[in-house]
Amino acid sequence: MSNILEVNKVVKQYGDYTALNEVSLTVPKGSIYGLLGPNGAGKTSLIRIINQITMPDGGSVTLDGERLKPEHVAVIGYMPEERGLYKTMKVGEQCLYLAQLKGLSKQEAKQQLDYWFERLEIQGWWNKKIQELSKGMAQKIQFVVTVLHKPKLLILDEPFSGFDPVNANLIKDEIIELNKQGTSVIFSTHRMESVEEMCDYIALIHKSNKLIEGRLSDVKKQFRTNSYEVGILSDNIEGLMYDLSQKFTLSQTDFKSLNDELKLEINLGNATPNDLLNTLIKRGQVTHFVEKIPSMNDIFIQTVTK
Amino acid sequence: MSKLVLIIKREFIAKVRNKSFIVMTFLSPLLFVGIGVFVGYLSTMKAELKTIAVHDETGRFVNEFKSDEEYKYVDLSKVDLKVLKDSIVSKSYEGLLIIPNTDDNAQLQNGIQYISNDSPSVSFTEDLEDIIAKKITAENFQKAGLDTLKINNAKATVAINLEKASGEEALKGLNEIKIIIGGAFGYLIMMFIVLYGNMVMRSVIEEKTSRIIEVIISSVKPFQLMMGKIIGTSLAGILQFLIWAILGLSAMFIVSSMFGVQMGASAGAQAQAMETAQQAAGSNIGMYIKELWNLPIATILISFIIYFIGGYFLYSSFYASIGAAVDNETDSQQFLLPIIMPLILGVYIGFFTVMNDPHGTVATVFSMIPLTSPIVMMMRIPFGVPMWQIIVSMLLLFGTFLGVVWFAAKIYRVGILMYGKKPTWRELIKWLKY
Repeated sequence: MSNILEVNKVVKQYGDYTALNEVSLTVPKGSIYGLLGPNGAGKTSLIRIINQITMPDGGSVTLDGERLKPEHVAVIGYMPEERGLYKTMKVGEQCLYLAQLKGLSKQEAKQQLDYWFERLEIQGWWNKKIQELSKGMAQKIQFVVTVLHKPKLLILDEPFSGFDPVNANLIKDEIIELNKQGTSVIFSTHRMESVEEMCDYIALIHKSNKLIEGRLSDVKKQFRTNSYEVGILSDNIEGLMYDLSQKFTLSQTDFKSLNDELKLEINLGNATPNDLLNTLIKRGQVTHFVEKIPSMNDIFIQTVTK
Repeated sequence: MSKLVLIIKREFIAKVRNKSFIVMTFLSPLLFVGIGVFVGYLSTMKAELKTIAVHDETGRFVNEFKSDEEYKYVDLSKVDLKVLKDSIVSKSYEGLLIIPNTDDNAQLQNGIQYISNDSPSVSFTEDLEDIIAKKITAENFQKAGLDTLKINNAKATVAINLEKASGEEALKGLNEIKIIIGGAFGYLIMMFIVLYGNMVMRSVIEEKTSRIIEVIISSVKPFQLMMGKIIGTSLAGILQFLIWAILGLSAMFIVSSMFGVQMGASAGAQAQAMETAQQAAGSNIGMYIKELWNLPIATILISFIIYFIGGYFLYSSFYASIGAAVDNETDSQQFLLPIIMPLILGVYIGFFTVMNDPHGTVATVFSMIPLTSPIVMMMRIPFGVPMWQIIVSMLLLFGTFLGVVWFAAKIYRVGILMYGKKPTWRELIKWLKY
């Protein structure tokens, strides 16, 4: 699979401050790519470089095999974190204007608008001014404006902030639908649950440097601790605890269960899951046995606070 | 369609559709006319008649004061001074003129008093002084045994005929017309720069505060956006001026055709008395018109357009970069002052220096400096400026414009993405290096 975007050792400096320090990213075509990092890490600087809003001081960016050039703005759709539309301009005119700025002809823009307005059931808004709409409604328009010109690459900065759960879900479904049709998506967010849910790939930027990058499952593998959550019903708890503590590191844990069992988190060290199971089965009834997968939240906090 | 054209179109439509634009375009001429009519009405209103008590103890002057529509003089020489002074305090009379009883004219010159509650106007006291002085002078002549009639006959009045080196006859008062024409154009340029420059700035600030700016510059270059904004706004301004010009011309046409009829009628009634005077005035007006046509009208109009565009572009790039640097209009004040200063300087130099000495060093230098040249040069042109000076001044203006746009675009590019803090001059300079 080829890559839609390759960022190669990009450097950005503001005066003495280095916002990006030789950051490289590879975004595979057709993926949903999560760009993570705490506030001020350099995500927005990087996104602005990809959108050619600012120029890098070093390194290069390649879009779909070509070095980034002005014509590329037509194949990128960008929704900034700071949403904004002309408050006194009518919805329809505004969408037409912004679509034409992206290089669509008026007819194409109109056609696309009809499609999206119908899809999001907002046909009645054409002649309303943005200032008459609620924040959530304006966000819908913002989304439409972003995808109107059928971009190959969609860059969304905190796409779900400001949406109520219903609309957030609606937009999430639209993003997934667009992705299915072949659009590559980069999104930058703090909401780790949406990363877990949607992203195939992630990168984590912290203090101007990229710390982690890769397929979500690979990153998780990299951060696995070889720990298991175990539930066991046993008559001889003391004996069980003695056996386990000889071979493994134990700690109390909690998970949802209908049984009144002993709940443990067990680190295997160099042992295999079967070693653990064998020890357990000898002492009682195993009701729960699951590998503890690190959440993106854990990975994020662990990496950033390291 | 090119993106720049799209932006120009949007900015133009956004400005023209704005309610305040429509109101200003159609209401302000009405307002102008209204104020004119009002002032005219005020000036035709007769002033309240003021009664002046004259207490002339010599009895020689009281008959010299002739009552008119404004002032009525009453001879109260017989009444006791103390009573008169009380009546002034009780406001029965506007004022009291006291001429002491003396035959010594030298003593009279400084012995006359005028008492009133409200201080009299300068022209009124001058009139009084004039009347008394005339009378005393006449008496002095008589005492010296001089024949007043002979003296009057001996007095000569001189009117110098002005003539240009090219041989045409010139008229006195033409300089005033030139100042008015040049001043009007220069002032118009300044007004336009301030009004529409501010509009450009506000529109940049609006894009910043509504945060649409990032969406737009992910599609177009900041430079394109800035230029589109400046050009679009200026087109709206030109449209406004065109509407005003058309309204003004048609109003003038209507008024002159209406008054033409009336003037004919009134002229008929007073025909005989007026005839000679009219002929004289008529030939004068004819000469004024001829002189007006002799003004370099083509040069004036063409340079007006060029200076208008150059000056407006130069200043509105400043305005745009200021708008980009700040978050709201209140913060813009500290940056605006240095921009408005040269404009005001230009107008002052125009009205004071150019009027006295259109081709002096000060006027010439400031008509070359790009920040003041659109105003000062426009005021000089009606007096006839060598073509090379105009060309040099225009080249300087447009050269500076290119430099300023480059500089403004840099500040603009950085500024539009900066939120939340009020920048200092030092930071603005730092932005140039980004």
